[in-house]
Amino acid sequence: MLNTKDILETIRMIENENLDIRTITMGLSLLDCADSDIDRSCAKVYDKITKCAARLVPTGEEIERTYGIPIINKRISVTPIALLAAVSGGDPVKYALTLEKASQAVGVNFIGGYSALVHKGFAAGDKELIASIPEALASTEHVCSSVNIGSTKAGINMDAVKLMGETVKRAAELTKDNNCIGAAKLVVFCNAPEDNPFMAGAFHGIGEPDCVINVGVSGPGVVRAALAKNPDCDLTEVADIIKKTAFKITRMGQLVGTVASEKLGVPFGIVDLSLAPTPAVGDSVAHILEEMGLEICGTHGTTAALAMLNDAVKKGGVMASSHVGGLSGAFIPVSEDAGMIHAARTGDLSIEKLEAMTAVCSVGLDMIIIPGETSATTISAIIADEAAIGMVNSKTTAVRVIPAIGKKPGEELEFGGLLGSGPIMALHNDRSSEKFISRGGRIPAPMQSLKN
Amino acid sequence: MKAIITVVGRDTVGILAKVSAVCSDNNANIIDVTQSVLKDIFTMVMLVDISDLVSDFTDLQNALYALGDKIGMKIHVMHEDIFNSMHHI
Repeated sequence: MLNTKDILETIRMIENENLDIRTITMGLSLLDCADSDIDRSCAKVYDKITKCAARLVPTGEEIERTYGIPIINKRISVTPIALLAAVSGGDPVKYALTLEKASQAVGVNFIGGYSALVHKGFAAGDKELIASIPEALASTEHVCSSVNIGSTKAGINMDAVKLMGETVKRAAELTKDNNCIGAAKLVVFCNAPEDNPFMAGAFHGIGEPDCVINVGVSGPGVVRAALAKNPDCDLTEVADIIKKTAFKITRMGQLVGTVASEKLGVPFGIVDLSLAPTPAVGDSVAHILEEMGLEICGTHGTTAALAMLNDAVKKGGVMASSHVGGLSGAFIPVSEDAGMIHAARTGDLSIEKLEAMTAVCSVGLDMIIIPGETSATTISAIIADEAAIGMVNSKTTAVRVIPAIGKKPGEELEFGGLLGSGPIMALHNDRSSEKFISRGGRIPAPMQSLKN
Repeated sequence: MKAIITVVGRDTVGILAKVSAVCSDNNANIIDVTQSVLKDIFTMVMLVDISDLVSDFTDLQNALYALGDKIGMKIHVMHEDIFNSMHHI
């Protein structure tokens, strides 16, 4: 039987501690839309998305009301568009415009999957799609793009790494009058998950069913509040508190996913056990680390604290959900986290420290604004470093950096909404990596890949 | 199907009566009520059966939210499953 304390605790989490479901994401296969004529292909894509996802947003809103839990985003992820471009040929931007039109028709916040998987090399359609990414992101609002350039099994495709450095820079240049937003919608992955509900990196992998519902939970504010009530306990107890809180958060995600899948008549895929911050006060992963006893996120001890947080979130969440997937872990997107923004402004959080942090948490160098004059090869080198961490540690890593075209360290970009804002972070080493990047080829898969 | 209604705010006369009246208007059967007053702060948790509502669940919610605004109390109406899933294994 429910008791008053539990009921009021749930309400407090939602009202005061920003507990929410971050996203319900419908994964949708577009493989059956492939056609040798690009216009016919686009028409089929539009029809399939608007048919399958027609009730996604109203159903999400109904669940929000019934259960009293905010669901911040309703999103769609689709089959990597490079696969369709391979069949149809033609200008892939047409697909981006189709996705944009479809996303507006069904009212979702984002649609992901303007993607290519090139970790071992380029197939038909891949290079064309990558070349079109900057224009696609500049000419659409809701479309998100990702490219997987490496994996533990395949190694790192350094030709793709070189291309992506140029692509990130170009995406920022084409949107320089709009806070370089193009680069904020583009993720470069190593070990990209095929069932990730979070943007900008969501796409619907080819091993997935035709249509599926994935859920991403959130709740850094709840974890921080739970720790604040126990200011003097030791770290074993801290880990326990995080586990218990993560369990409760994830159970809610499981409930929402189950109900959404029933109402939509679509199978339930996974819950992504995530701690996803927002720029709102009290919804910060950095503040959890600070609650653990760090003066500011980014100081010595940050990596250890984050490692423990990330692990405890997974341990607490895994029992609460029937299927776990996606990125699962703590996110550290700088511009989307009030505590990270503050630490970046004061100079206590550096890109070098963030790189170390990505070795122990869920994603990678995420939503980091870098000087606009950073060369494409340096961006490629940042991508290569990050991909190497993912490849060797058999984990997902990603790079989403935003070159602030025409701006210098100290200035800020303002994306608005969940993408937040943040200062330009200096790169402390401006020496060239050009020769290394321009060699091309592949970094061979590490010993860790030989598990059979 | 059951829902939980919570009412929190400064204690005044007739809160229980007003909330009950809205439930009755919508044919929501009150199964259990618990309330406490701590330093003038009134907290009430009510379990109601909403299987035979004369209206939509949304209408009951809207009526209670409107009442909450009128009498200056914070009212929540939520399906009981969210609490069950969060607090029971």
